[in-house]
Amino acid sequence: MNSVLSDRAMRPGTLGTNASRPDGTAKVQGGFAFSSDMWADNMLWGATLRSPHPFARIVSIDVSPAWSIPGVETIITAEDVPGKPTYGLIVQDQPVFAAVGDLVRYAGEPIAAVAADHPETCKRALAAIKVEYEVFEPVTDPEVCIAGDAPQIHPDGNIFRHQRIVCGDTEIVGDVQVEGTYDVGMQDQAFLGLEAALAVPDPGAEGVELYIATQWLHEDRKQIAQCLALPEDKVRLVLGGVGGAFGAREDISLQVHTCLLALRTGRPVRIAYGREESFYGHVHRHPAKIWMRHHADRSGKIVKIESRMVFDGGAYCSTSPAVLINGITHTQGPYKCDNAVVDGWAVRTNNPPCGAMRGFGVVQACFAHESQMEKLAMALDMSPVDVRLLNAMETGDKLITGQVMDSVAPVARCIRETAEIPLPPPLDPHADVLSIPGGSGLTAEPSNIRRGIGWGVSIKNLMYSEGFDDYSTARCRMEDGVVTLKFATSEVGQGFTMLAQQIARTILGVDEVLLDTIDTQVGSAGSTSASRQTWMSGGAVDAACRAVLSELLDHAASTLSIDRSSLSIEGTEIVDSSTALRYSVSDIARGISLDRTEEYHHPATEDLDENGQGNCHVAFAFVAHRAVVDVDPDLGLVKVVQIATAQDIGRALNPLSVQGQIEGGIAQGLGLAVMEEIVVVDGKVRNPSFTDYLLPTFLDAPDVDMRLIEEWEPKSPLGAKGVGEPPCISVTPAIANAIRNAVGKELPRVPIRPYDICL
Amino acid sequence: MKPTPLPSTATPLDEHYSLRVNGRDMPVQDAWVGESLLYVLRERLGLPGAKGACEQGECGSCTVIMDGAAVCSCLVLAASATNSDIVTVEGLGPNGSLTDVQQAFLDAGGVQCGFCTPGFIVAVHHLLEENLQPTDLEIKEALSGNICRCTGYGRILEAVRTVADSRSQGA
Repeated sequence: MNSVLSDRAMRPGTLGTNASRPDGTAKVQGGFAFSSDMWADNMLWGATLRSPHPFARIVSIDVSPAWSIPGVETIITAEDVPGKPTYGLIVQDQPVFAAVGDLVRYAGEPIAAVAADHPETCKRALAAIKVEYEVFEPVTDPEVCIAGDAPQIHPDGNIFRHQRIVCGDTEIVGDVQVEGTYDVGMQDQAFLGLEAALAVPDPGAEGVELYIATQWLHEDRKQIAQCLALPEDKVRLVLGGVGGAFGAREDISLQVHTCLLALRTGRPVRIAYGREESFYGHVHRHPAKIWMRHHADRSGKIVKIESRMVFDGGAYCSTSPAVLINGITHTQGPYKCDNAVVDGWAVRTNNPPCGAMRGFGVVQACFAHESQMEKLAMALDMSPVDVRLLNAMETGDKLITGQVMDSVAPVARCIRETAEIPLPPPLDPHADVLSIPGGSGLTAEPSNIRRGIGWGVSIKNLMYSEGFDDYSTARCRMEDGVVTLKFATSEVGQGFTMLAQQIARTILGVDEVLLDTIDTQVGSAGSTSASRQTWMSGGAVDAACRAVLSELLDHAASTLSIDRSSLSIEGTEIVDSSTALRYSVSDIARGISLDRTEEYHHPATEDLDENGQGNCHVAFAFVAHRAVVDVDPDLGLVKVVQIATAQDIGRALNPLSVQGQIEGGIAQGLGLAVMEEIVVVDGKVRNPSFTDYLLPTFLDAPDVDMRLIEEWEPKSPLGAKGVGEPPCISVTPAIANAIRNAVGKELPRVPIRPYDICL
Repeated sequence: MKPTPLPSTATPLDEHYSLRVNGRDMPVQDAWVGESLLYVLRERLGLPGAKGACEQGECGSCTVIMDGAAVCSCLVLAASATNSDIVTVEGLGPNGSLTDVQQAFLDAGGVQCGFCTPGFIVAVHHLLEENLQPTDLEIKEALSGNICRCTGYGRILEAVRTVADSRSQGA
């Protein structure tokens, strides 16, 4: 694992350096307060009763046996929701609790909640609640819903969204055609820090304060306040420490339940999910079935792409319509394409609800288009690198949505620099068993192992799309030379709090930057998702700091009687270019108080029309991956040996953090390629635990050799692109292509299971 | 999904015992006998450093040292640990100072969300006490019971290498 870090002669802690995390010391010492660590005097524990059936009508609920258990303080059901009975990010179609007479639509749907003196008391109370169901056959096949042959699961219907893209000459035919139907399994975000919240009621139950691990405080507050029938200013959210997110904290899970229990009992209530409940409590990555046909001319240039994509959204809408749009608008991948016909569906079933996960629809599309590029290379007898370079997208190209690519687009450079990374040495016939497929199971014979190499290249949109103004807000105060930043940006581990300090140090020439509490007492920051916070909240912090700087220079000009236009900041000093005199920022700022709050908005985008045409995305980032795998073809065991990658990042604001994002994303993409899948049978999750849902361990993680492609993005306030999502997208097909290369099978689905390889 | 009802429907909170944690005897009062060591450390003794993330010994977030062995505290009944010496992440660095392992995690970028971090820190201390100069494979094997979802392990590997190198040079 080569270090990407170069010696940068810069002021410590500023942009471009490996600044220290403000939360780092507390995290390594165990003192950092995650939402599951929150505690209050007189606190009760809450727990949630869930449906074991994926599709049923609730005939009756009898909570009376639970009331007789000592220690139970309250029990709530749908009848106790004072406000809007449903919630949801795009459409509010998901009940806070399923009500008597209504349907449960997935296995794990909440029915009741209790608050008691001890978690064990809660468990016993839940077990004592009697629910009678009229059980129905679950609808689990999205195609049945598209055909209109399924019973209506929800009054909103069984189709979340249908969208076509029709672009260019739809009748044109290429000399070379390749096609395939690809499946992507349901992946879980599997953050380590389970869902947890502490709700503290105001006196008289007039409001509530919620300490919560979430990706978007203000959106949570909006939905919670509606369900509680409280004005938004009576619902105050404070970010509890977030133990990873990856999309799983975009939707409401325990927020409303915790607040209701606290308001009902007049006491603080903590709910903390266990791992099994977490699998029922948050949305997952959409399983998808994607058919694609590529047409190319004899030189290898893509002439047309046809595709049909079906995303299974499960029981409730969540972000399915947006995930679908991301999927279909990324059909072409990072390649030039003038003609396309794409038909996309996001469908409701009785499977677990699906929504946001790192990559957001593009993971699925990329697995299909990169599998296709491999087939195209073979059909043309070209190398996987050459066919991709030949078609590589460039700035100025028109996308299949009609949008013109106006981001920096170093696709060819990402591919070339990845190709230049040295391959690992061949497998040592005497290699330690821990480094070969199967590991300590001692099952694979080195002489039987085949090595494969595969490629994946991807494009990912940054920020929200289709007309959404996902602005961000930041406040910068400078009092007596001390800078304090406030924002509502969810720090989920990515390091935004560190970046915010770097921005302030750089712009304002101070070394110490304090961070105010992350809560709803400032304007929205939008969600920590869509690789958007470096750009958006970074932009807001940048703007707020620049506004304060401007006032500071005004002050310097007037107190020193210097022409304002000759003043600028260099390091920690204000420089007067007319005299070359220097004044320390701390001296100039002494005794004054400056306070500015700024919003950052990205350029407006548009909805797609009925033909899928429109400038729907804000910006894009690119990445190339090359995977080297060792495979035992008889046993179907895979060891990912090395991932080489070059990623388009605009500018490395904190190189060590970029490296961490890239390595972490690669591990998640590896998980989807060869091990991670929520197995759903007849609408029920069969593996809701870390014993049965397999995550990459230390021994599964490959060597990662990376190059950072730094071409400053002029549209970005700091020159940087978001780096969170791209690393997990094309690494999955790169690994799949490497396994295909090793064993010569089509392997059209991920995760690739041992029996897919060996049978 | 549905827990099996126990014979008694009330949760008896009437156990009293003492645990020896980070060199101190700490009384546990009015506890339920079924509580895990993880629960008691976090909820009764004010030591939230050990984290619960899987409750079945798969992820290592709850790792503590018990009588010299690294264990998953979620799998240990607290009331059975009364005769053991227990060390948690809070007890590693004297007087609030950082250990070499903790400092190396910060310097190498081994911390993102931080939820797995305390378990890793404890496990690395244990590893390096058992094996002063582990190979990369030995590091990976020893830490393969600790799941990290953020970092992909690369920076953690770097941190462990750094500590092993500096300790062996200092020895």
